[in-house]
Amino acid sequence: MRFELMPRTTVSPVARALASVVAFITAFLIAGFVIWLMGRSPVAAFDVYVLQPLSDPWALQELLVKATPLILIAIGLSYCFRASLWNIGAEGQYVMGAVLGSWLALKTHGTDAGIWVLPLMMLLGIIGGALYGLIPAFLKTRFGVNEILTSLMLVYVAQLTLDYLARGPWRDPKGFNFPQSVTFDPAATLPPIMEAGRVHYGFLFALVAVAVTSVILGRTLFGYRLKLTGDAPRAARFAGFNSKATVMAVFAISGGLAGLAGIAEVSGQIGQIQPSISPGYGFTAITVAFLGRLNPIGILIAALVVALTFIGGESAQILLKLPLDLTQAFQGILLLCVLAADALVSYRIRLVTRGGAK
Amino acid sequence: MFSRKLFGALAGVTVAALSATGALAQAKDKIKVGFIYVGPVGDHGWSYQHDQGRQAIEKAFPGKVTTTFVESVPEADSERAIEQLARTGHDLIFTTSFGFMEPTLKVAKKYPNIKFEHATGFKRAPNLSTYAAKFHEGRYIIGQIAGKMTKSNTIGYVGAFPIPEVIAGINAFYLGAQSVNPNVKIKIVFANTWYDPAKEGDAAKALLDQGVDMLAQHTDSPAPIQAAEARGKFGFGQASDMERFAPKAQLTAIVDNWNDYYVARAKAVLDGTWKSEDTWGGINAHMVVMSPYKNMPDDVKKLAQDTEAAIKAGTLNPFKCPVVGQDGKEIECKGNGALSDEQVLGMNFYVKGIEDKIPQ
Repeated sequence: MRFELMPRTTVSPVARALASVVAFITAFLIAGFVIWLMGRSPVAAFDVYVLQPLSDPWALQELLVKATPLILIAIGLSYCFRASLWNIGAEGQYVMGAVLGSWLALKTHGTDAGIWVLPLMMLLGIIGGALYGLIPAFLKTRFGVNEILTSLMLVYVAQLTLDYLARGPWRDPKGFNFPQSVTFDPAATLPPIMEAGRVHYGFLFALVAVAVTSVILGRTLFGYRLKLTGDAPRAARFAGFNSKATVMAVFAISGGLAGLAGIAEVSGQIGQIQPSISPGYGFTAITVAFLGRLNPIGILIAALVVALTFIGGESAQILLKLPLDLTQAFQGILLLCVLAADALVSYRIRLVTRGGAK
Repeated sequence: MFSRKLFGALAGVTVAALSATGALAQAKDKIKVGFIYVGPVGDHGWSYQHDQGRQAIEKAFPGKVTTTFVESVPEADSERAIEQLARTGHDLIFTTSFGFMEPTLKVAKKYPNIKFEHATGFKRAPNLSTYAAKFHEGRYIIGQIAGKMTKSNTIGYVGAFPIPEVIAGINAFYLGAQSVNPNVKIKIVFANTWYDPAKEGDAAKALLDQGVDMLAQHTDSPAPIQAAEARGKFGFGQASDMERFAPKAQLTAIVDNWNDYYVARAKAVLDGTWKSEDTWGGINAHMVVMSPYKNMPDDVKKLAQDTEAAIKAGTLNPFKCPVVGQDGKEIECKGNGALSDEQVLGMNFYVKGIEDKIPQ
């Protein structure tokens, strides 16, 4: 006796949309059950995790701050993933973007360099990330090296480069030999959108990325080409699409957006170079991209949801004394539920008994 | 008392920017105390010991103080977590890792009526104190034990990162070993993590493979000392007493004791006497505690106890001048008969006899 997944011939868009909702409700029910098993109130947990952050202007701002890098990186990754190219190294591209952009910030530190510094930093961030993303793309197109391995391993190279810079050449000479740079000048600091707020211009970049990507994927030949390259590489070749150029292009876009996320985070949030500038945004963004089903609007929503679980998770530790592990488990449950719901919409389960007829 | 002012000028810079409200004192009946940990409370090392301090506060003021903690907070993303504590009615907030320095300072400026305490940093404000412990005092003692006990004449050290605190620890350890065994050699591996049992264990095994038979560690999990135990070698517990993880291997452990300090600071907030200051306490202040000396001959034990007593009495300073650098030149003596606090806190050189180079 075994189970089989049979593809459904027709899937209604309503079912697909409802699937996400059902997935979320299921995830909350499972998490609620676990919380109940721990002897806490699931209702209170839901309030702290979800309702309070969504009804508090401060928490809403923090939500946007946390979601900003996730949106930018996941949007970039969606280009790669749509073409079935597995860029696992966004974390490294994020770091390299931050490094190249910060180079200018530190170079102009203490000078009265003008307003051109910031735009140029952002541009350098994009270039740094894009060039770094092009390495696995080049290795793949030229030598056929598996991009999953190369992009992932380049993450460590990027992190160690950053580590070296923070401990060595870029160390603040007045910082008692602690591994961090000087804090950036105001001219090199990405300003908040609203006075005294914490949401910086990076969030606007993220929104622009979502809008532009919606147009590109929905209405351009390039978008169509991506999908075809991913779904039917042979057909794409027959159609005259150059898959090598596509590989290079999507890795450059993906890396560029990750690099922008990196420099925006360092310039707008952290304000200096230090050995660690990311709590794993590049990897979390992979989850975000799939939670959002590689759709730009979906990614926007998914990034906010994932950000919510982080912020809610901290509130739960503070207000309910729920452990951090629960938050991490909940993120896992959520991803599983969404992917399972997706599978169940596209396939149906059949019970096949031994020797049974089809 | 054990508190001392360091880097006064630097503190002054940050002081100027703030209103006086942070310094206003007022006694309180009930307070909430919050903690930010860099690792999990179950690391059995650094964060675990801070959590012991948190529990000590709860025990010391039943019904008057409630405590909260947020664990495994990434340093690059800590500002929000600290602000969450500030916004949820906490009166006193401890941020317990160096990487929380800038975020703590930012949040402290935003909430002048809340008291902040940052471990191992150097930036202060009227409502932001700093505190750290002189772990290098303990490391001098374990260095002497290692120097006496080693048979291969090679001792090992698993460091976290090449930052001044760790470098000073390595130097103190080696100076201790050298003081009883001039020919002893040291091998150093940096694990590039504070807490990652797998990496720490690998670093320890790499050292043991190179003939090290005494293993000191400045990373937070028991993995290195467990590796020593598995090979029948000896090691020293870090941050907390790790005897239950390595009953045969642990000679002693350098225990971080934050309990007294945390209780005193919570009491100061209750009494309305809290002031921004810098605290750097060692064995004398009971911030650094040596766990019972075990698995060693009586003469070594006696030596360790005598050294501990001498450090406690202030007659022995691990960094007493002359301190000679790797190049054979004497380090300028800026303190009173020993290196100054600033020199120790910013240490970026190895002493003579260490053959490695500090990774840059």
